[in-house]
Amino acid sequence: MKVVLSNQSEFPIYAQIREQMKEQILSGQIAEGTVLPSIRQLARDLGISVITTTRAYRELESEGYIASVQGKGSIVLKRDNTVLREQCIRQIEEHLREAVVLSERIRMTEEELLDMLKRTRQR
Amino acid sequence: MNAIEVLGLRKTYSKFELNDISFTLPKGYIMGYVGQNGAGKTTTLRLIAHLLKAESGSCSIDGLTYEKDPVRYREMIGYVGDSDGFAPDFTLKNIRGICRNFYPTFREKQFCELTGRWKLPEKKKIKEFSRGMKVKLQFAMALARETSVLLLDEATNGLDPVVRAEVLELLQEYISDGQHSILFSTHIISDLEQIADYIFFIENGRKIFCETREELQESYLLVKGGLDDLSTGQKFLIGVKQNDIGFEALVKTDNAPFLSKSCVLEKPSIDQMIVHMIKEEEA
Repeated sequence: MKVVLSNQSEFPIYAQIREQMKEQILSGQIAEGTVLPSIRQLARDLGISVITTTRAYRELESEGYIASVQGKGSIVLKRDNTVLREQCIRQIEEHLREAVVLSERIRMTEEELLDMLKRTRQR
Repeated sequence: MNAIEVLGLRKTYSKFELNDISFTLPKGYIMGYVGQNGAGKTTTLRLIAHLLKAESGSCSIDGLTYEKDPVRYREMIGYVGDSDGFAPDFTLKNIRGICRNFYPTFREKQFCELTGRWKLPEKKKIKEFSRGMKVKLQFAMALARETSVLLLDEATNGLDPVVRAEVLELLQEYISDGQHSILFSTHIISDLEQIADYIFFIENGRKIFCETREELQESYLLVKGGLDDLSTGQKFLIGVKQNDIGFEALVKTDNAPFLSKSCVLEKPSIDQMIVHMIKEEEA
């Protein structure tokens, strides 16, 4: 696991932790079932407040990436679990909608758009 | 349970009044007690430590009041102050002897470890110690005892950046088991910028706010703009500082959309927040 924080970033510290952990969970760098460092341990290691790490973990939990287990700590959940999948689908839909709006603005045909999607997938 | 509970503390001097200070600090957290020189930070901390007697109000440490068990109450508190109360002719050896006799939970080994790590001279008299050395000595005394809370009054003043960073690390280690807490008064806010969970802001003996640092830093934005931007949404600006070429102020995040679009918005540091809040108070 790796977390690198920037004070100059426009994102608040808790969001930086959340996003970096998400990325590593999704890419498999943090394996399913891994017990994450405790909230207090993480705060100490990163030199930040306990409330900040608490918030990062709470949001990862509500988004279905981790679960806190009594007496064990925070555990990384299975990656293909349905909550996560639904969330990704929702995000994909959102981006597609955006893409459609933009393509209409420049009068792109459906074919051209599909073509573009295929090419992007092949990359 | 709360580590520190303060309710309606009041103390009057001829030219200063500490007025109705209340707050709670949960176990396992760090609170920054912030304000200008003379705002009442030291008075509050000394009242909590019972080095001063309050006119009214109460405070408890882990649910225990001083009145109930003064010895135990004092034992639970580690106090590191700006001024030291050491006898000038003492050496480290004398101090160890006193701590051993005075504090039942004094862990000499840990004390020696800290004084060794910080290279405090064994033979020198305290009066020959530098300001930084005296602060380190006070920290060693406080951290070598079994305390529940640390009250730190401008304690990192006079420390060089390396030792300051080391002390901040020790403080985080101290609270990491979730059972210990720290009340930390300072005007050097960069110390607190990251490790503090709560910020209490005191001005002229009165509480201005007490919030989590996260909430605080999210609920305000720093706004900068030209003088022509001032007229739009001026009533939302807090503590406006202006000169011939522009202005800077604070704005509640929720009110930011009402400002002129050509303004620049930034995440404020706690320092910047406080400068503008004091400006607003004075206006």
